[in-house]
Amino acid sequence: MEFGVVELSRLQFAMTALFHFLFVPLTIGLSILVAIMETVYVMTDRPIWRQMTKFWGMLFGINFAIGVATGITMEFQFGMNWSYYSHYVGDVFGAPLAIEGLMAFFMEATFVGLWFFGWDKLSKQAHLLVGWLVAIATNFSALWILIANGWMQNPVGAEFNPMTMRMELTSFYEVMFNSVAQAKFVHTVSAGYVTASMFVLGVSAWYLLKGRHVDLARRSIAVAASFGLASALSVVVLGDESGYDTGLNQKMKMAAIEAMWETEPAPASFTLFGIPDKEARETKWAIHIPYVMGLIGTRSFNEVIPGIEDLESEARQRVRSGLIAYETLMTIREDREATDPAVIQRFEQHSENLGYAFLLRRYLDDPLQATDEQIAQAAEDTIPPVFPLFWAFRIMVGCGMALIAIMGFFFYRSSFSGGRHPRWALRLAVLAIPLPWIAVEMGWIVAEVGRQPWTVDGILPTAMSVSNLSVTEVLMTLIAFAVFYSVLAVVEMGLMLKYIRKGPHEDVELTETWMDAHRARLSPAE
Amino acid sequence: MIMHELISFEILRVIWWLLIGLMLIAFALTDGFDMGVGALLPFVAKDDVERRIVINTVGPVWEGNQVWFVLGGGSIFAAWPPLYAISFSGFYLAMFLILAALIFRPVAFKYRSKRDDPRWRAMWDRALFLSGTVPPLLFGVAVGNVLLGVPFHLTDDLHAVYEAGPFMKLFGMLRPFAILCGVVSVAMMVMHGAGWLVLKTEGAIQARARDYGAKAAVVVLAGYALAGLWMAFGIDGFAFVTEPPHDGPSNPLVSEVVHQGSWFAAYATRPWIIIAPIMGFVGTGMAMRALRNTRDELSPLMWSKMAIVGMISSVGLVMFPFILPSNTNPNSSLTVWDASSSHLTLFVMLICTVIFLPLILLYTAWVYRTLWGKVTEADVTDPDTHSY
Repeated sequence: MEFGVVELSRLQFAMTALFHFLFVPLTIGLSILVAIMETVYVMTDRPIWRQMTKFWGMLFGINFAIGVATGITMEFQFGMNWSYYSHYVGDVFGAPLAIEGLMAFFMEATFVGLWFFGWDKLSKQAHLLVGWLVAIATNFSALWILIANGWMQNPVGAEFNPMTMRMELTSFYEVMFNSVAQAKFVHTVSAGYVTASMFVLGVSAWYLLKGRHVDLARRSIAVAASFGLASALSVVVLGDESGYDTGLNQKMKMAAIEAMWETEPAPASFTLFGIPDKEARETKWAIHIPYVMGLIGTRSFNEVIPGIEDLESEARQRVRSGLIAYETLMTIREDREATDPAVIQRFEQHSENLGYAFLLRRYLDDPLQATDEQIAQAAEDTIPPVFPLFWAFRIMVGCGMALIAIMGFFFYRSSFSGGRHPRWALRLAVLAIPLPWIAVEMGWIVAEVGRQPWTVDGILPTAMSVSNLSVTEVLMTLIAFAVFYSVLAVVEMGLMLKYIRKGPHEDVELTETWMDAHRARLSPAE
Repeated sequence: MIMHELISFEILRVIWWLLIGLMLIAFALTDGFDMGVGALLPFVAKDDVERRIVINTVGPVWEGNQVWFVLGGGSIFAAWPPLYAISFSGFYLAMFLILAALIFRPVAFKYRSKRDDPRWRAMWDRALFLSGTVPPLLFGVAVGNVLLGVPFHLTDDLHAVYEAGPFMKLFGMLRPFAILCGVVSVAMMVMHGAGWLVLKTEGAIQARARDYGAKAAVVVLAGYALAGLWMAFGIDGFAFVTEPPHDGPSNPLVSEVVHQGSWFAAYATRPWIIIAPIMGFVGTGMAMRALRNTRDELSPLMWSKMAIVGMISSVGLVMFPFILPSNTNPNSSLTVWDASSSHLTLFVMLICTVIFLPLILLYTAWVYRTLWGKVTEADVTDPDTHSY
């Protein structure tokens, strides 16, 4: 791979997004878990729940700071590195980002400060309300970001305007209620809930192994396991939902995830294991499970899922249609208001494939001069990298299944065994802390690498989306981001570990006052 | 959708020009004081407890304040996509430096007091100082460059091409007038931060804040006046030769623009805009006086707010309808009439803003009211609080 501005810009975006996404899922889930704990505190008035709220809240704060820091980069990177993308789809894509700020991030950032600083300044109920507002805003924030991302995967509610050379909004309703975006939202926030649950569960398990803070740890495990189990199930159900949608909108992505080179008779089989080889167009050592893929992808026994090679030949047709759109577009821009209506009609017939003509820009400046080989090459480019997709998907699903099992086990023990957990399970829970992070990073790779070669599916190729920057500029910022982020990661991990080792701040006075008040009820035998 | 026709495209464009202006002013008014506090940190606080007091005056609010910046960026993306696309990639390395400063800021606030090691704390104090000075400096320099015109042109399919190489793009920004704008911007934030510290602290810290704030106000007055003279006599403005239709498609190449005459011609065609620089001068002068008057605790901040509103809007108002002029290819210049989003997008975004902006103002006001009062030594030494 040659490292030009396109590759470096992609690398920088992937790096900053993946790094941002190490912190965001924990923020999303922990905000809710902490609010649940505070709710129990306000309802029961028991100091242990206040202690739990403050302890997990502090870890939330350490994590939140880096989420905010790396989120700022995300907001501005589109303009900095993806200038043509910003121009070409800003009319549609910019709106959800701005609304995220207006509706969600503002609320989150304003109340998070008050939550930390307001313990003595607010009534218990008001403080709890502030905690819930932070949690709700955090989740709304995810909603709008995923509406923006969902549009890149399934660009609905917009059309191309030849006069402004960009996509323009035709229906905000369609963008907002884009089925891909809605499925992605539930899938992603549920994954965040699982991440936070596993974090709370794992850290608490470590305390139990050490025999420290037993009351806090047992209760935390009970909360985390029940919330985590429900969420882990929801991730899978709604992961299936997003698989279903991908089947309709991004057939190529689905075929690549399955390394399904040729169309199989319905219902297609699911490949459990294999080594996909893009050159040879085959999957070596494949182990198939019959019917499963067809059921997930189409929810039917007789609908056919197209394979990569059939989709590639469809793409060839689309490139040719796109060239007609491109040619008529040139005429329209030349003649403007005086354009022959027949030309406009011809453009409108083919305009949905305009993006496919842009794929040729990688090979020559004027797509209209393209040879048959170049058209075939452009069609081949529509196949995303099969090997990483195939495996990222399988690793993600594997982690998800393991998490369901862990959450289920601890939920059962917390509910029916009085919160006594076997030591092997506690050790396993500590070791399993990284699993949700591996799953969410793999999920990001499946979604975004699977979208290649497009930034906006079928509309704008990635290679055309970048800014006119020099390799020097992008290389400098790429290295600088890598260094900064590594430093931040080390600092963050260090602080997290320090505060986990230190454990919760136990307010002895408050606990004793409460114990005195409830002595009669706590020890009825005396 | 017929609904959006209720408000004409032309009016929506002007409304969005105003709204973005308001958001950027709100950013300067709120995040401005906490950046100023960061810049003042090494000067007004002499030991660790004092430094913690200073940091905790902005501790609970800086995060919300900074969202004005994020919101401003997002709204520019939604309402003026070409501006978002061209300015951030055109000022690429400068933008990166701003981001770098802002990346370390949340971390510095949150992590600084989580370890006792003095070297650890000194490191994050430096980060807070840099993140309080670098962004205002570069924002000021960028505004100066916009007034001078930015070297870019648009191709037929609206790709933005920058005339300068990678390093010239960064160092080429350091034109003398732009540097002056950067200095005024930093001084403005220092004055504003001092006003905030006068309100939120007492004793020695407050006295030092008054001293540095008053000095910064002098720099603001002199610098703003000098920049005004420079613009009147030394800098060419931009003007339309053929004005684009106010409700036409957003394609900057449609209009013809020249780089000549003066920006101050706007004062002849729209004399009422003189109110902006007057607010700038009066606000700064009165802030200086109030900072020196040791009994006055609220008005330094209030006057400096007025100064900031005046100075920032004076730039926007003389430039209207230009938003990002090009000095190498004036026809590529972005203006209110040819660089906005579509009619429908502007309308949808307006509806969202009308619903959520008042809510934001309401809950922000509530948070500030809840946190009203001085930050004292007792606040930062209590182990059970989450103070920074």
